[in-house]
Amino acid sequence: MSPPSDSAMQDSAAAIPSSSFGGMQARSAAALNETARVAIRNLDFYYGANRALKGINLDLPERQVTGMIGPSGCGKSTLLRVLNRMYSLYPGQRATGEVILDGRNIIDDDMDVNELRAKIGMVFQKPTPFPMTIHENIAFGVRLHEKLSRAQMDERVEWALTRAAIWGEVKDRLNTNAMGLSGGQQQRLCIARTIAVRPEVILFDEPTSALDPISTLKIEELIDELKQDFTIAIVTHNMQQAARCADQVAFFYLGELIEVAPAAQLFTAPQQPRTQEYITGRFG
Amino acid sequence: MMQEHTVRAYGEELRRLREMIARMGGLAERQVEDAVAALIRRDAELATEVMGRDAEIDALEREIEEFCIRLLALRQPVGQDLRLVIAGLKISHAIERIGDYARNAAKRSIVLAQQPQVGSLNGFQRMARLVQEELKGAMDALVNGDAARASEVWASDQSVDEVYNGIFREMLTFMMEDPRNITAATHLLFVAKNLERIGDHATNIAETVYYAVSGQPMPSERPKGDSSPYAVVRPPA
Repeated sequence: MSPPSDSAMQDSAAAIPSSSFGGMQARSAAALNETARVAIRNLDFYYGANRALKGINLDLPERQVTGMIGPSGCGKSTLLRVLNRMYSLYPGQRATGEVILDGRNIIDDDMDVNELRAKIGMVFQKPTPFPMTIHENIAFGVRLHEKLSRAQMDERVEWALTRAAIWGEVKDRLNTNAMGLSGGQQQRLCIARTIAVRPEVILFDEPTSALDPISTLKIEELIDELKQDFTIAIVTHNMQQAARCADQVAFFYLGELIEVAPAAQLFTAPQQPRTQEYITGRFG
Repeated sequence: MMQEHTVRAYGEELRRLREMIARMGGLAERQVEDAVAALIRRDAELATEVMGRDAEIDALEREIEEFCIRLLALRQPVGQDLRLVIAGLKISHAIERIGDYARNAAKRSIVLAQQPQVGSLNGFQRMARLVQEELKGAMDALVNGDAARASEVWASDQSVDEVYNGIFREMLTFMMEDPRNITAATHLLFVAKNLERIGDHATNIAETVYYAVSGQPMPSERPKGDSSPYAVVRPPA
């Protein structure tokens, strides 16, 4: 369980009425009240004896982008690893508390990890295409979860590549090796691969840190498109990126969730001094 | 106060912005003081000086505006820094208006020096002192990051309005008593109105400072005391 002060602080941060010069937080109050696709409650995470997440309470609102920011080692990437049970691969790593998706606590031992990862997809920092054709990169994951005819599969591949805004660039070379694509194209291919299995939630872990500015903007535009259908969480070191992409932003520090607020509020008038110090570049 | 910026040059720039605003505010305070002194001492030379110095305020406004645009473009400020830069733009604009009102008061004092004295000018001195205090309070609040001080200034404008109402009624009375007073009394009315507007701008500045410092808007409607639009003076029987 988290100490009461933690959750009380988070609740109050979210509940403080918005303020601004020009009503730019009009969407804020509504944003926080919409239904949570994923509800994280009193989540603790341990690397062996080291407690890396401390009593986290956070909602990922349906079809919204939640940005996660904080200095290295603050727990934001760990939280993503918990959300798709990546940590289960490593002995000595364990999570306690609740992460509720579709009425189930996904960190329970009896949760089917394969089923979970079809519901919660993840895109990594460096593009990780498989060394196979572009078509196969998409079809590979789909085949694990669904039996589709050849025509259905082709349709699914086209759908995923179109949604990932790369179809036009690759439609004439679906049977060439994916390793020949540029970095930005590879990352969009990985996004296509993630959405091909039609997940509910997509996790992005620093998705543009290896990309040039134009590829970065294309991914950000894509994230904005994808939130029409998916609930999205994005971990980023680039605060401007969080400001551009996210509906709500969560600031983590030393394993604690310090503040979560609509992006416009967090970047104009954060409520917690530590958030203020971090976003303005005054960190100790 | 907050910790220092990790990028020291950025921290320096924000400090410089605060100083520029405070310098501009100080200049405006002096303009108000000298404009009213010129009025009271019938000192056309001082009035001319005040009019000349307004160009300095205008130049500072342009300098601050350029500096703020540069900060926005190059530093992408957020949080309190963003609020300060936006406040810099708004406050420098308000001070520029204050400068214009002071210059206009000085200009009228030159005409007034050639007219017979109408009534006592104590009210003007009092108004000038009050708005100078407001302006100074707002600048202190900005430099010290003191939201409570800004809040005090914001609430204090009512006394300026009260003095203004008194002058308004007094001038109407003088004009009705003797039409030869009309020229001087009309100019004096405009000077009083200028000072009253300066007070309003000072409260706007305080409001902006409050938001810049605290991140919250001013909590409620400001008490307003200007009742001159409703003033009715019965003609003497």
